Amino acid sequence: MAKVTNETQTRVVTAGRALLAVSLCVLYLIPVVWMFSTAFKPRKAIISVPPQIFFTPTLEGFVGLFYKRSTLTPAQMEQYRQRTDLTWAEKVALEQGLAITRQSDYVGQLRNSLIIAGGSTVLAVVMGVLSAYAFSRFRIKGQADLEFFILSTRMLPPVVVTIPIFLMYRKLGLYDTHFGLIILYTVFNLSLSVWLLKGFIDEIPKEYEEAALIDGYSRLQAFWKIVLPQAITGIAATTVFCLIFAWNEYAFALMLTSNRARTAPPSIPSVIGTSGVDWAAIAAGSLLFLIPVAIVVFAMRRYLLRGITFGAIRQ
Amino acid sequence: MQSATANTTIPSSTPRRPVSLGDPAIQRLFLWPTIILLIAFNIFPLLYSLYLSFTDYRAISDQPPQWVGIQNYSDILNDEQLWVYFRNTGRYVVTAVALETLVGFGIALLLRSKFWGSGLVTTLILIPMMSAPVVVGLFWKLIFNPNFGIFNYLLGYSAGKGPDWIGNGDLAMWAIIIVDVWMWSPYVMLLSLAGLSAIPDYIYEAADIDRASPLYQFFRITLPQVAPLLLIAILFRTIEAFKAFDLVMGLTGGGPGDATELVSVQLYRIAFLGQFNTGKASALAYIVLIIIIGISNLYIKYLNKVKAG
Repeated sequence: MAKVTNETQTRVVTAGRALLAVSLCVLYLIPVVWMFSTAFKPRKAIISVPPQIFFTPTLEGFVGLFYKRSTLTPAQMEQYRQRTDLTWAEKVALEQGLAITRQSDYVGQLRNSLIIAGGSTVLAVVMGVLSAYAFSRFRIKGQADLEFFILSTRMLPPVVVTIPIFLMYRKLGLYDTHFGLIILYTVFNLSLSVWLLKGFIDEIPKEYEEAALIDGYSRLQAFWKIVLPQAITGIAATTVFCLIFAWNEYAFALMLTSNRARTAPPSIPSVIGTSGVDWAAIAAGSLLFLIPVAIVVFAMRRYLLRGITFGAIRQ
Repeated sequence: MQSATANTTIPSSTPRRPVSLGDPAIQRLFLWPTIILLIAFNIFPLLYSLYLSFTDYRAISDQPPQWVGIQNYSDILNDEQLWVYFRNTGRYVVTAVALETLVGFGIALLLRSKFWGSGLVTTLILIPMMSAPVVVGLFWKLIFNPNFGIFNYLLGYSAGKGPDWIGNGDLAMWAIIIVDVWMWSPYVMLLSLAGLSAIPDYIYEAADIDRASPLYQFFRITLPQVAPLLLIAILFRTIEAFKAFDLVMGLTGGGPGDATELVSVQLYRIAFLGQFNTGKASALAYIVLIIIIGISNLYIKYLNKVKAG
């Protein structure tokens, strides 16, 4: 009898805890949901008091993000309405009395972000997997110190190293170039990539390679045909973490680029509309930036803990 | 017969290897690119800026650096205004990290025993942590807007009557702390959850048999067992908060006045805006660096300890 009441009690406690956790989660996610809805709100709904929850969705924000627009006079608007060759973006802009003049700089900046994040990630993972293999399989003089040094590079505040790198880049002609940022992001991702991948490679039994070496494989062949395929999950997880860092990076991009190689993060704050801050455009930009990250968080949830602790904690 | 067996066995035990590199060569080939790149982009710049910190160099002037000795350092240490920025930074780091620890650990305790949907909840609240801080900061500016933001609305103020979180000098720091706690409490939570799940059940069972109170169990079992991971979370957050730059730039830009001007933001201003005071900025950077190295050493030491244990 006593046992039964005890069980009901535990069940009630668990249910209460679950309820509390779920409601906290809902409260916690309000800003994300708000960002999502703001991206699709017309201007009036954004600044309405009290805040609107229901509204007619529009793509104004996205058009504002991707195109430069100019105001139309009523006569011009009539003219525009007659035309049948308008693109969807032009139609959305016309609703606000605007005409599209050209693509905004943001399109190019997004392209820069893709090139730089992609390029630096490939480099960081390739170099990382090679070094991680060396650390994992060979006895290296001063290994502990080297590993410590590699991790410590991650702890440096970007602002501190940027001053000499800025001067160096200006001399070498790397200021405001894609290559300059790619190398810099590679360097900053290397510490994570080496540490994470070393953990993954440590988990692959040495016996596999040893057997292959006895069978006549060279060391390089064993690495290529035995270790790499086994480490593929680790390589995927590492790639994703490097991509996120490079994708989100702000400080280096702000200080080491101006027009040509500028990425999206330092640009989103300067998306200013025709009258005041264009919140819908900012929300649209933020949303486009968040979606890939959110997908990745879901896909990689098993490795998140490992990623954020540089591979130290595994589950 | 004997020679025939020898002839057939020798090729298979020492097979014809393709022309290949020996282990030492491979080791160098695999390791050196990484080491060279890291030295070129970390050690060299650090030495260069150490030199610059003793000069009056300005990156926008044509004059070559002039040696000024410890002038920059003494200027910085005697600059009352810079101490204000250090105080701001300290207040921000201590408050934000303390709150993150409490909130993160609290949520971890809630999510500790699995329930239907707990996995989804855990994953969903990790999204903000992985987003770009500058974007998060910028977006919270809209949320904090005194006229049409939802923050004041949810607090129950009517439009325009609530506090102006970004525009008010006393509140702006709290605005940054709130966003930082929102973003980073899940980090503490994730590490705490890992620590909690590693505590074996039998310890609690033994404590139950001994009729230990829940409070006693919490302080004598749960807390000490989670402590190493919790400490890692706290150290990492301290380092990151000390470096905070993106979030502040997105949310307040250091304002209003210099209410939220952190050392890292000030460093950016001295180095890259206005006068481009490269020498002085390098000196300040070195002071920040020494503080960070101190905390980082602790962090890496504990990380290795946890990894080994």
